[in-house]
Amino acid sequence: MRLSRLLLGRLAAFVVSLLVASLAVFLLLNLLPGDVTAVILGNNATPAAVAHLRSAMGLDDPVLLRYVHWLAGVAHGNLGASAFTGEPVAGLIVPKLAVTISLVGGGMVLAMVLALPAGLFAALHRRQASGQMVLATSQLGMAVPAFLAGIVLVVVFAARLRWLPAGNYVPLTSDPLDWFRHLILPWVSLALVQGAVLVRYVRGAFLDVMDQDYMRTARSIGWRRRRAVWRHGLRNAALQIVTVLGLQLATLFVGAVVIENVFVLPGLGSLLLRSVNGRDLPLVQAIVLVLVALILMINLLVDVAYLVIDPRLRTGRAVVE
Amino acid sequence: MKRSASLIIGAALVGVVVLACLVSLVWLPFDPNHVVPSARLASPGWPHLMGTDGLGLDIFSRVLAGSRICLLAGIIAVAIGAIIGVPLGVAGAATGGVWGQVIMRAADLVYAFPALLLAILLAAARGGGSVATAMVAIGIASVPAFIRIARGASLQVLSQDYVLAARAAGTTRARIAWSHVLPNIAPVVLVQSSVSFGLAILAEAALSYLGLSAPATTPAWGRMLYDAQPYLFSDPNLATWPGLAIAVAVLGFNLLGDGLRDVLDPTLREVR
Repeated sequence: MRLSRLLLGRLAAFVVSLLVASLAVFLLLNLLPGDVTAVILGNNATPAAVAHLRSAMGLDDPVLLRYVHWLAGVAHGNLGASAFTGEPVAGLIVPKLAVTISLVGGGMVLAMVLALPAGLFAALHRRQASGQMVLATSQLGMAVPAFLAGIVLVVVFAARLRWLPAGNYVPLTSDPLDWFRHLILPWVSLALVQGAVLVRYVRGAFLDVMDQDYMRTARSIGWRRRRAVWRHGLRNAALQIVTVLGLQLATLFVGAVVIENVFVLPGLGSLLLRSVNGRDLPLVQAIVLVLVALILMINLLVDVAYLVIDPRLRTGRAVVE
Repeated sequence: MKRSASLIIGAALVGVVVLACLVSLVWLPFDPNHVVPSARLASPGWPHLMGTDGLGLDIFSRVLAGSRICLLAGIIAVAIGAIIGVPLGVAGAATGGVWGQVIMRAADLVYAFPALLLAILLAAARGGGSVATAMVAIGIASVPAFIRIARGASLQVLSQDYVLAARAAGTTRARIAWSHVLPNIAPVVLVQSSVSFGLAILAEAALSYLGLSAPATTPAWGRMLYDAQPYLFSDPNLATWPGLAIAVAVLGFNLLGDGLRDVLDPTLREVR
């Protein structure tokens, strides 16, 4: 009972956030001077033609009414049409989303594979030089933006060693092995940087857990440290780690915009930049909305994961904070 | 004052970047926009210390001058973040209740718009990216972190006995915020400023790489990396220097933040 009410509360907060975010995006793109008719008709259009198109597109309506119309369309799966080609935006976005998700998903998995053991190691060896080395390395990784890591990887593994392709995308369905080969460098560039941030949080989470009384109790009844960390530590550290993972996944989706440009991947990010440069505002609007919705959805999932991992939160009000 | 290796190294690296910026304001070895086709793709040496790029521009001059926009991004991000975020965070902690919740929800919402996404939106709305759209976006995106950090620290201060004593003595909430809360949260805000500075440099580098920040005539490290990309197979030298510059600047501010945390706030010290 309590749990379902908490979940409903989170869901309501998600819906409200999404509405406010969509309104902000819509107003930003529709209130500033210069509109979509100039893009469609060109700069030499007669005022009459512009006026006709404006009224045909409903641009003379008050902005809030246009927002409601747009929102109603979105609710029916109609994200609008490209200002250039007139194609429905949803059809343009979905195939690109698959590319972006395979990029982000693989990068995140790789980041976890690198960061979880490294962070645990750094926590267990916090006073040794080896643990401090992990921290120092992560500090270096944090100072390198993902696109720079990508450029360095291209220079080393594509230009010098010629082991891997420097870019482009091969659909999974046409050749799984080639798909994998083309995504290795993009994945590694995302994972190195995100992993560097993650290591510090994983280490911090385990350090917190290791200072707890139940860990001392476990040690005092004769458990080895490894067993105590394994049995008690993981679940408790997972709470903190899940939050960071959620935040990182969100920034990864946006970071993917840049990585897609380094490696010429036909994902959502490349489409977004092309539509910004071409002033295709309906397309920009839809892609940004999809990205923001993804980020908010991840935040929601993090909240839900919290409730699942930590039964204490289901009874208290702590989760509201 | 306690010594901290992070603080010393961080301050030294930040010092290098600031020095590069100051030097670039009064002197540059070459005009960073002077195209010399005959001097294209020169290797590092004399007179071009870091070599030249695909247009024959002197890389050393552009790296020096690129520090300006990098520091500008950081200064604007920290200024906007602190000026908007700290009062909101303190107010959220001091008033609590509904307004506190509203402020935190708003901060969460802005979190859903990372600097890059905001900059893209502004660029789309304005018909192209510029220094102004990039800086505004980076600044707004840095606000929620300041709200959170200021709120958390303020809540801690407000639970202290001396605050209770001040309230019992009839001190107004505004007075308490000014004379008790602000001085006590200053160290945490300072640490956050250093962290946000580093993040702003990263964001600006990504934006200028994507062509959503300064125009091509303004030297910027991210932009230089973009220009270097066609030459990665033949002349990786073009990417080395601006890449190194970004890493040094960000590493400097991150280490400075860590070091300040070590020195200013013993309870947060990492190594116990």
